[in-house]
Amino acid sequence: MRAATQEIPNASSKSLLRFLTCGSVDDGKSTLIGRLLYDTKLIFDDQLATLEKDSKKHGTTGEEIDFALLVDGLEAEREQGITIDVAYRFFTTDKRSFIVADTPGHEQYTRNMATGASNSDAAVILIDARKGVLTQTKRHSYICALLGIRHVVVAVNKIDLMGHSSQVFERIVEDYLAFAAALGFASITPIPISARYGDNVTVRSANMAWYDGPTLLDWLESVDVDTDLAAKPLRFPVQWVNRPNLDFRGFSGTLVSGAVRPGDKVVVASSAKESRVKRIVTYDGDLAEARAGEAVTLTLEDEIDIARGDVITLSTERPEVTDQFAAHVLWMADEAMLPERQYLMRIGCRYVPARITALKHKVDVNTLQHLAGKTLELNEIGFCNVSTATAVAIDPYVDNRDTGAFILIDRFTNATVGAGMIDFGLRRATNVHRQDLSVNKAARSRIKGHKPAVLWFTGLSGSGKSTIANIIEQKLNARGIHTYMLDGDNLRHGLNRDLGFTDADRVENIRRVGEVAKLFTDAGVVVLCSFISPFRAERRMVRELMAEGEFIEIFVDTPIEECMRRDPKGLYARAKEGKIKNFTGIDSPYEPPEQAEITVHSHHTGAEAAAARILDYLEASSVV
Amino acid sequence: MTKTALEQPSAAARPSPLSAHLRRLEAESIAIIREVAAEFAHPVMLYSIGKDSGVMLHLAAKAFYPSKLPFPLLHVDTTWKFRDMIRHRDQIAERYGVKLLVYVNEEGLARGVNPIASGSSLHTQVMKTEALKKALDTFGFDAAFGGARRDEEKSRAKERVFSFRAAGHVWDPRNQRPELWRLYNTKIRQGESIRVFPLSNWTELDIWEYTRAENIPVVPLYFAAPRPVVNRGGLLIMRDDDRLPLLPGEAEEIRKVRFRSLGCYPLSAAIESNAETLDDIIAEMRASRTSERQGRLIDTDEAASMEKKKREGYF
Repeated sequence: MRAATQEIPNASSKSLLRFLTCGSVDDGKSTLIGRLLYDTKLIFDDQLATLEKDSKKHGTTGEEIDFALLVDGLEAEREQGITIDVAYRFFTTDKRSFIVADTPGHEQYTRNMATGASNSDAAVILIDARKGVLTQTKRHSYICALLGIRHVVVAVNKIDLMGHSSQVFERIVEDYLAFAAALGFASITPIPISARYGDNVTVRSANMAWYDGPTLLDWLESVDVDTDLAAKPLRFPVQWVNRPNLDFRGFSGTLVSGAVRPGDKVVVASSAKESRVKRIVTYDGDLAEARAGEAVTLTLEDEIDIARGDVITLSTERPEVTDQFAAHVLWMADEAMLPERQYLMRIGCRYVPARITALKHKVDVNTLQHLAGKTLELNEIGFCNVSTATAVAIDPYVDNRDTGAFILIDRFTNATVGAGMIDFGLRRATNVHRQDLSVNKAARSRIKGHKPAVLWFTGLSGSGKSTIANIIEQKLNARGIHTYMLDGDNLRHGLNRDLGFTDADRVENIRRVGEVAKLFTDAGVVVLCSFISPFRAERRMVRELMAEGEFIEIFVDTPIEECMRRDPKGLYARAKEGKIKNFTGIDSPYEPPEQAEITVHSHHTGAEAAAARILDYLEASSVV
Repeated sequence: MTKTALEQPSAAARPSPLSAHLRRLEAESIAIIREVAAEFAHPVMLYSIGKDSGVMLHLAAKAFYPSKLPFPLLHVDTTWKFRDMIRHRDQIAERYGVKLLVYVNEEGLARGVNPIASGSSLHTQVMKTEALKKALDTFGFDAAFGGARRDEEKSRAKERVFSFRAAGHVWDPRNQRPELWRLYNTKIRQGESIRVFPLSNWTELDIWEYTRAENIPVVPLYFAAPRPVVNRGGLLIMRDDDRLPLLPGEAEEIRKVRFRSLGCYPLSAAIESNAETLDDIIAEMRASRTSERQGRLIDTDEAASMEKKKREGYF
C-alpha cells in the first residue's frame, strides 16, 4: 500500500544525479523507470488510473499494471512496445533529486542513447537474465565510457524468470566484467533485480537472500559522481554580447568550469588579448565571485575585441588553441561520413566549418578492436583527425565535457550528423594559428634568455647613429643576444621603396618601421633602429606600440655643424645646392627628444664610449 | 475578494536566497534563453499568462540584464481567457517593460468558433493551434519560446529543448535532432522554425518554489477564493462571465476554489482549496495525489491527445 507523502524535504540540501538507463531492447528499461517512479510515489492517482486503462489496451503483462506504459509516451512506441526516443523523467527521494534519461535499445536509435549519455553522470545498464550480455549491452557500455560516464550499475533484470538464481547472476556478471575491464569505468556495481516485481529496486528482495549488495535506489542515492568543476581551469564561452547602451559592454555566458573574481587577469583564448574582470553583473546584483555552472555577465577593464564563441579564461589557465585535433566521432546520420567533406562544427558557442581529414580507425564495439575504414556509417564510431577553418579553443574531453565536445551539422539539411569527443590537439608545422597564438612573447623570450627591446637611435643624418648601433649589435651578438638591425636606408630599398621624403611619407615610413620593430619584439629580439625620425609625434607613436619599458630612445646629439663636416654620403652638400628637398636640418625641421632614455655626445666621447654607455643602460634595466 | 495581480503574493518581504537546486535550474534556463537571442533573427516568447510563463519571463529578464528583452511577447488570445488573466497580462508587460503582441484568430471568431458551441477540440484547434501558426507566420518568427515542462505529460517528456519544426510548423517526433551536451543545433532553413523550451527540466513544484523565492507575480486565480462555479460532470467550472450557459439541472454556487492550471475558462476546472498564499499552494502541492493536467479538459479525450495536438503544431 502506498501512503501519500505529506512532506517532501526542501530541495535545497539535496544533490542532483543525472543518470541513464540503457541496454538491449526488451531488457526492461522503461519498466524499471516506471517502477522507480511508482515506488518513490511519483505517480499521481489520475496517472495511475490512465495507466490501468492503458495496461488493458496495450499492456504486455495481462491483468497487471505495465509500468513501461508510464514512460513510453509516443503513440508509435506504445503500438510497437519499444522506446524510440530519449525520455527525461524526474523523481526525488529524501536524499537526492534525479533526472533519468530513458534511452532506446534498438540499434537504429543508438544516437539517442548517446544523447542521453552525454548529459548523464552515471548509467544503469540492464541485462536480461535470460539472454546475458548482448551486442547492444557492449555497444551501450562502450558509448557510456566514451561519453565520460565513470560509474555504472549492471542491473541483471528479470532474474525472477531464472528462479532468482545466483549462478545465473554470477555467470552474467563474469561475462560483463571480462568485456568491460577495458572500458576504464571507475566503478561497476552488479545488482540482480526484477523491475516488474520490484526486487532490489527500492527494497531488498526476500527472494534473493544470497545477494548482500545495495538495492538500485541505495546505489543511486549514494554514488559519488561529483567532479569539482569550480576547481578546474576557468572556461567562460561568451554566449551573447550584452550591449544595452554605449556605456555598457558585457559578455554574457555560463562558466562551464573554474571560477572568476573581479580583478582577475583574463585572456581571450583565441586572440590572446588580455584584460581584467571589472564586474560580474547579474539581475540580482554584482557578485564577488562566479563559479562553474553560474550564468553571469562579465565586464572588463579594457575595450578588447570579443565576440560570441570566444572563450574567456585566466591568463594562467589557457586552453589549447588549434585548428587540428584528434577526436572520437560517433556518426548519427544515414548518409555516411566522408573524409574531406565540409561540415559545420559546433563547439561551445562557436560554429566553424570543419572537415574530417583522416579516419584513422573505426572501433568494433563488440571487441573494442580497431578496424580500417574509409567512411563512418550510421552508429559507427571512429578515431579521426579533424581540421577546422579557424583555430578554436579546446580541452581534451576527459578534462572538460563542455570544451572538449562538438557536434557536426550537415551544411545542406542542417541535421546533426555527428558527435565528437576531443582526445588531443595536433601540433603541425603548417599550423600557423597554433604557433601564433599559443607560443607568446614571454615564451619566446624565455628560451632566448633575454628580454626583447627596441633601441631607437634618433639624430641628424651623419650624427653617427648607424656607427654606434653597429658596435652595439656586435657586442650583443658576441654575448649570445638575438638582435636585428633596422636601418633607414635598407628599408627604403625594400619595404618602403614607395615612400619619398615629404612629411606624410616620413610619417608613414616611421609607422611601418614601428610595426616591423613590434613584430621583432614579439619574436623576442633586441631590435636596433637607426632612423633620423625627426618628429616627436612619430617617435611617440612607435613608443606606444611597444610594451612598457621596451622602447629605449637614444638621442645621438651631434651638432649639425659636425654632421655637415662629416657628411659621409655627401648629402648635406647636395641639399645645400637644392638638389635634395626636405632635408632634415636644412629645409626640414628636427625636433630633438625631450625625454630620451639616453643621450650620447659621440663627437666628444667617441662611438665606442657611447656604445658602452648604452650597454650599461641595458644591463641596468635588465634587458640583457 | 480577489487580490490585485501585482500585489505581492507571498508573505515574504524580500526574495529568499535560492536553493542550489533552483539556482541550477535558473542558470540552465538562462543559458537556453540567451542562446536563442544570439542565434535567431526573429525570436518571440509565447506568453500564456500562467505560472510557467511568469517564471519564463522572469528568467528572460535575468538573462539579458541590464539589457531589455531583445524579443517581444506573444499572447494568442482565444477570447475565452479569464478576465483576471487579461488584466494580469497587461500589467506584467508594463512591469517588465516588454513589447506585448496579442493575436486573435479573427477568422475563427467570425466563424463563431467557441468552446461551448464548437466543443473543446475544435475550439483549441482553431483558436489556439491555428491561431498560433498564423501568428508565427504573420510576424515571421523563426524561434518561439514555450513554457512547457517535461514533467507535464508523457509526450512532453521526450521533447527536445530545441524542438525542430518543418515548414508548416509540423512536429515529427521521429525526425528530431539528437541533443547532445548543451550543444543545441540552432541552424534552420527558410520556412523552418524552432520551438524552445527553457523550462524543460523544471517540475511543477520547482515552478512554485521559484515563484515564491523570487516574488514573481501570478494571476490571483491560483489562490483560493470564493468564486461562482457550476459542477459539470464532477468538474468545477467557473462562470467567469455569462457566456457559459447553465445546463438543465445546473445551478451556480459559490465555492472556495483555485486553479492549478489556467486555460480558457470553460475548459479549466477549478479545485476546492483553502490555499490563499504561495506557502499554502506549495504545501497543498506536496500533499497532492493528482497531476496538474487533470483539470485540463482538452487532454482527457484520448491518451495520446497531446502528441496529436503537438504534431499539428500546438505548443
